[in-house]
Amino acid sequence: MEKVLMKGNEALAEGALIAGCRGFFGYPITPSSEIAEYMARKLPGLGGVFVQAESELAAINMVYGGSSTGTRVMTASSGPGISLKQEGISFIAEAELPCLIVNVSRGGPGLGGIQPSQADYFQATRGGGHGDYRVIVLAPSGTQEMMDYTIEAFDLADRYRTPVMIMAEGTLGNIMEPIIVRDPVEKFYDKPWAITGCKGRKPNIVNTLHLASDFLEERNRILQAKYKLIEQNEKRAETFLTDDADVIVVAFGLMARIVKKAVMEARKNGVKAGLIRPITLWPFPDEHFKKVAETARMVLSVEISMGQMVEDIRLSVNGRVPVEFYGRIGFTPNPEEITQQLLLLAEREGF
Amino acid sequence: MKTVFKKPESLTDAQFHYCPGCTHGIIHRLIAECVDEMNIRESTIGICPVGCSVLAYDYFNFDMLEAAHGRAPAIAAAIKRLLPDRTLFTYQGDGDLASIGMGEILHASVRGEKICVFFINNTVYGMTGGQMAPTTLLGQVTTTSPYGRSKDNEGYPAKMAEILAQNEGSAYICRTAVNDPPNVMKTKKAIKKALQTQAKGLGFSMVEILSTCPTNWGLNPLDSMKWLEDNMIPYYPLGELKVKEDR
Repeated sequence: MEKVLMKGNEALAEGALIAGCRGFFGYPITPSSEIAEYMARKLPGLGGVFVQAESELAAINMVYGGSSTGTRVMTASSGPGISLKQEGISFIAEAELPCLIVNVSRGGPGLGGIQPSQADYFQATRGGGHGDYRVIVLAPSGTQEMMDYTIEAFDLADRYRTPVMIMAEGTLGNIMEPIIVRDPVEKFYDKPWAITGCKGRKPNIVNTLHLASDFLEERNRILQAKYKLIEQNEKRAETFLTDDADVIVVAFGLMARIVKKAVMEARKNGVKAGLIRPITLWPFPDEHFKKVAETARMVLSVEISMGQMVEDIRLSVNGRVPVEFYGRIGFTPNPEEITQQLLLLAEREGF
Repeated sequence: MKTVFKKPESLTDAQFHYCPGCTHGIIHRLIAECVDEMNIRESTIGICPVGCSVLAYDYFNFDMLEAAHGRAPAIAAAIKRLLPDRTLFTYQGDGDLASIGMGEILHASVRGEKICVFFINNTVYGMTGGQMAPTTLLGQVTTTSPYGRSKDNEGYPAKMAEILAQNEGSAYICRTAVNDPPNVMKTKKAIKKALQTQAKGLGFSMVEILSTCPTNWGLNPLDSMKWLEDNMIPYYPLGELKVKEDR
């Protein structure tokens, strides 16, 4: 099949259209804005709705409203904008509405900078907003996956009636790679809960207020049961040369592709390195760490942050193997410096 | 036998939880009567606010969505755009609309979103216990303006109908009150006109309805009506501020 050269943000946006997304509500922010621009160009011709909202708050609430009609809808933003959306995400999670939220992430805290970053990991995987909820978080590592994971994200959102987030460091949004444009594969999901006007049925109510204690707890139990099901079914990771590895490097997103190169370099230098790339950041693929916790001598988390995913790795190996961290912010670690880290670790630990 | 009076089909059988003398019940009924009379119950979608009327989804007998504080216009706008042949309205109080939701209401009007907004102005935060609202009058004592609202400290009360009437996207802006039967009837007329404005696709519409809060004002229902007449109507004059007749 013929490949097309596309920018990551545009591949993601095209993926959303392929998945049947017909509503985009957003607010400009670098480095995510090309997604909104692409949707603004394409949606009207497809009978869809594009609104540039007055704020991130309005945008996520438009997603709340749009999703409640049963339409596939999305928003895209970056760190500071995703912070503003958290109230709405909490509402959407509790209202059990499917939607896609994209974080093409940049450096923080505060206004930070527009350099690629993975420092929104905690925000994405811990819920981010108020209350006991989770969102499924997918981390693509290249332009093809920006499209493919977006298509899949809409499916996961409808299947579990939950917001799904795609988290991609800013680089992924802005690099261009040749990709295969997928065919539309939208599965049909019956949405009897949708707010469409009560013609021929009883009125539907989308609501997140539960004043009675027992009902509030019941609602939380229902959500937790769903999250448990997602944990059972959806943990995903890619592994690379882990079987005989003395040191397992863990990285996600584009960072993982860079780490792959370092893993091969380290092997050329006699250090048996391997890679685990979490694809779902939540649910975190802890199962993939069970075996390496027994066979590897060391785990190294490489992140474009000051160390966030490393906590999930430590929870996953539960003390059975030491976990080290290497990360930068403002810069993306390059293959040479990661290789250097691996060689230093090998020398220090004697493997 | 001829039926001369009945509960609107657009209201459920649930009992209102509102305090004695509160005017939410009257306004709910007026909206329900208009929806019935226009025969649009099955295509109407209402958005409730955060505030005393947060539970309005229990009372209206059509599809309802409960919004985060202040965000109802954004939600209504998205639904209306995706389902343009449905009738969308938000029901919002003064804290919800004029304080935390100022951004959403202003831009819904600026963009000319084809939704109706029913804005219940009783000058206080009711549900949280009578705190100051953007519409609290000068000199009015609330739990967070215990010395009376002053122009120097808390600033002047916001005139939302006047603010929104300036926007080109606003097609119908009207202020009414529900203090006596003639004004209740005028309010119903305004609600219907707002819904008709939406049906004609003319743009954004809002009816600001001056209401009472006997509980938080510390007055009985009758004195509350008098307080509304003596204090609110002089500052918030009644009448139509914007009427767009065609596109």
